[in-house]
Amino acid sequence: MTASSPSSEQPGPGVRGSALHRFANPARFLRLARAIQPWLLAITLPCLVAGLYLGLVASPIDYQQKDTVRIMYVHVPAAWMAMFGYSTLAIASAIGLIWKHPLADLAGKAAAPIGAGFTVIALATGSLWGKPTWGTWWVWDARLTSVVVLLFLYLGYMALWNAFEQPQRAAKAAAVLALVGIVNLPIIKFSVDWWNTLHQPASISRIGTPAIDPAMLTPLLLMAVAYLGLFLLLLLLRMRVELAERRVTALQLSRSRAGEAR
Amino acid sequence: MAEFFAMGGYAVYIWPAYGIAAGVIIGLFVWSWRGLAKAERTEAALGRRQRRRVPKVERT
Repeated sequence: MTASSPSSEQPGPGVRGSALHRFANPARFLRLARAIQPWLLAITLPCLVAGLYLGLVASPIDYQQKDTVRIMYVHVPAAWMAMFGYSTLAIASAIGLIWKHPLADLAGKAAAPIGAGFTVIALATGSLWGKPTWGTWWVWDARLTSVVVLLFLYLGYMALWNAFEQPQRAAKAAAVLALVGIVNLPIIKFSVDWWNTLHQPASISRIGTPAIDPAMLTPLLLMAVAYLGLFLLLLLLRMRVELAERRVTALQLSRSRAGEAR
Repeated sequence: MAEFFAMGGYAVYIWPAYGIAAGVIIGLFVWSWRGLAKAERTEAALGRRQRRRVPKVERT
């Protein structure tokens, strides 16, 4: 710091610093996103095709559930991604709150609709699996209820982003909700152990000794990788959308300011 | 082939499950692509109309 800078007339270094912060990082991020995307696609698509083929055609039927076991390949990875999405949201929110990193807030905002989408898939496919195996579309047991709570946490997070005029305040409020909602994640995970639920416990609980045949495990894991790839592709895409919308807002703001000055 | 689509009599549960999964994921992609295209169009239009260049932020 030198004494030559007239601090009273110019915008303070904080304003300038935050503007730099806001515009310098996205450029690097966008370059990174463009570099990663083809690789993600190259991993995701083969896994998706192979997972769908093995899951729908080549895998055996379950001796109890018959063909309905094939719903597992779209249901279980969706539930995993629903929880992974919320973890992403919570971590991004924490980084946004602690270090005020604008890209982190944006990552949380971008992750929310994707996570909500996977939660909807998990709930809908679970319902379609429940009818033939349990005899009911829906039951308010601990697992299902806690996943509904997860969906509402996503929706609440998105609603908070839209509830404030200033994006900084919206980001803060949404981030606080995201962090409070973390308590739901272990509840979802352990609900099948803590309570007597209709939902079956995890089939893949210990690495190395899963209670599932390799012929079914392979398509399940392939679909899990494919879902993860789709989630990350969507996350990068939505972050680009959020950045583009932010640039538009900034342009509109500077235009209206220029209009006032004229 | 018909046997495959019948899914051992569980077609009414299995195909909607796969359809919903595909629909939601494809829907998220389409919604995001459209949003990106729209924002970039608006950005380009605003940039063209803007006579004066926005001063670049100085590097410190």
